[in-house]
Amino acid sequence: MTAPDRYQWRRDKDGLGVWEHRGKVAVAGVGHSPVDRRWDGVSMDKTLGAYSILACRKAMDEAGVSPEQIEGVICCDSHIAGGSGGSASQWAPRPYFAPPYDSEWGLTLVNAQWLIEEMRLPNVKFAPTGVPTISEMVGMAAQAVGDGLCHTCLVIYPTGNLEGRYRRGGENADDYARGARQWTAPWGNHGGNDFINIFPHGQYCLKYGGKHDDLAPFVVNQHRNGLLTPWGYNATHQVPQLTTEDYVNSRYILNPLRLWDCDRPVNASAAYLFTTTERARDMRQSPVYVLNHSQHNFRKRSTQEDLDEIEDWTDRAAKRMYEGAGLGPKDVDIFNPYDGYAPMAQFFLEGFQWHGVKRGDAFAFYAGDIRVEGPHPFCSSGGNLGNGRTRTAMYTDSIEQLRRTAGARQVRVRAETALAAFTTPSSGGWIMFGKSPG
Amino acid sequence: MPKLIPVPDSLSKPFWDAVNQRRLALQHCAQCDRLQYPPQQACQVCNSPAGLTWKEVEGRGHIATYIVIEDGRLNRRMPDQPYNLAMVTLDADPRVNFYSNLPGTPPYKAPVGAAVEVTFEEVAPDQLIHEWRVVA
Repeated sequence: MTAPDRYQWRRDKDGLGVWEHRGKVAVAGVGHSPVDRRWDGVSMDKTLGAYSILACRKAMDEAGVSPEQIEGVICCDSHIAGGSGGSASQWAPRPYFAPPYDSEWGLTLVNAQWLIEEMRLPNVKFAPTGVPTISEMVGMAAQAVGDGLCHTCLVIYPTGNLEGRYRRGGENADDYARGARQWTAPWGNHGGNDFINIFPHGQYCLKYGGKHDDLAPFVVNQHRNGLLTPWGYNATHQVPQLTTEDYVNSRYILNPLRLWDCDRPVNASAAYLFTTTERARDMRQSPVYVLNHSQHNFRKRSTQEDLDEIEDWTDRAAKRMYEGAGLGPKDVDIFNPYDGYAPMAQFFLEGFQWHGVKRGDAFAFYAGDIRVEGPHPFCSSGGNLGNGRTRTAMYTDSIEQLRRTAGARQVRVRAETALAAFTTPSSGGWIMFGKSPG
Repeated sequence: MPKLIPVPDSLSKPFWDAVNQRRLALQHCAQCDRLQYPPQQACQVCNSPAGLTWKEVEGRGHIATYIVIEDGRLNRRMPDQPYNLAMVTLDADPRVNFYSNLPGTPPYKAPVGAAVEVTFEEVAPDQLIHEWRVVA
C-alpha cells in the first residue's frame, strides 16, 4: 500500500508543461448507486457501504472487469459533513449490527480496506488513505495508473447524509470558536463554500453590474439537466422542474444566497474505473482518455477571499489545466465545473473562458441558450444543483458525453473533450477527458 | 446577541490580549512591510517568521460588501437571525479584511462603501472581540 503523503502525485504548480501520461490513462467504467436523501439507519442494503459496493460492481461490469483485475482502490474515507456533521457528529459510539456492519465502517463511512475485504479483491496493491475529495481521487488514480503503481483502479466517492439538518451539530453547536474558527465563527461564518463565494459574488455584481437573481437561468437549467439524468436525485424522486418564479421567490439562506443556490445533501455512492489505455481497448466500453489532471490549493491573504483573489486563482487553475492538456479554451467541448453553491460557477466559466466568456460576461451568457440542445450547453451534467450533492455528476456526464451515451442530455455540439471538477476557487482539482488519446 | 467565544492559542494570544485592552494589533513583517491578519507562523509573502512583530494599527476601514445571515448553522447565533455580516477592509492595507456584524446598523441596511471604525464588544467575561461600526 502506498501512502499519499509519500507519493508525489499532484500536479499543483504553475508551469509543469504537458502531462507526461497524456492519453495513456483511460476511464473504462462508471457506476452509480441509487441516490437517497438519507440512510434510514435500518436498511442494510442502503448503507453507504452497500451503495459503494453496488457502484463498484456496476463500474466493473460496465468495463467487463473481474475482481481479480482490480489492483488499485481509492476511496474517500471521511464523512462529507466533516466535523460539523449534524447528528453524524453524535452518531458513534452506538450499538452496531452483525458483520460487516459491526463498526461505523460500511454504515456512514467507507474506506478502501473495508471495500477490499467485502468485495474480495485479491490483487489490490495500491489503496491509499487520506484522499479526501473526488477531484483529488481522480487525479491520483490517473497519475497512479500512468506511473504504473496499478493498472486498473477503482475510484469510489461515497457521500453520506443522516438524520437531522446538515452540519448543524459538532463544532457548529459549540459556544466556543477554536483554531481557525476564532477568526470567523464569532461573527457568524460557519465555514464552507457558501461563505467562500458569496462575498466575492457580491463584489462581482458591484464591479460588473448585475444582480444576484441573474443566476436564475443557470440554476433553472441545472435542474432541467438534472431531470435528464436517470440516476440523479431529482429524476428518481420526481422533483418538479424548478422555475424562475420558484427561484426568485425562494427564501434566503445567506441573503442574497437563496435556498435554490444550495445543493441537496444525499446518501449515495459512485465509482469510476481507471486503467491504462492499452487495457481499456480490450474492455467493453469505448475508453475515455485522461488528457490531464491538475490541483490547486491557493492561500487567501486575509479572513475572507475577495474577488481579486478568486479571479487570480481561477485564471491560474485554468492556465495549469490548459497547459498540461496541451489545449486551450476553444478546444473544450464539454464544461462541467463545480456548482455546489450556484454563485461560484461564474468564476470558473470566466477563468476558463469557455465559449469565449470573459470576466463580467457570465450573467449575459446565462441569459442566452445554455440548454443541452443549444449552442452553449454549459454544465450539461446538471451538477450538484440538479442531481443532489453527489459531487460526481460532473465526471459522469463528461464521460458519457464523450461516449455519446448521455441520452436526453447528449449535446448537439461537438463532444470530443470535456473538463470536470469538484473544486472551490481556492482548492480542489480539474480533470480533462478526451474522446481520443491524442 | 450571544456570539461564539474565541479561544486564543499561542499564536493568537497577543492579538486577543490587545483586543482585550481595546487595541487592534496585527502582525507586521518588517522585511516586506506588510500587515497580516489573521496571524500566521510566518509572513505569507516572504515565508519567514524572522521579521514578524505586532503592530498597533488605526481601526479604520470601509465596507466592501455584506450579506445577511437568515439561516446560518451556528446554534449560538440563531436567535440573532437575521443579522448583517460585512466584509470590512482595513484602510491601512485594504488587502487585510475583517468580518463584522456592524453593530448599530439594522439588517439589510449596511451602506456598502461606507467608512467604519473599530469598536470592541464583550462576548464573555474578560473576552472582547473586535467589531466595526459605521462612522456617522
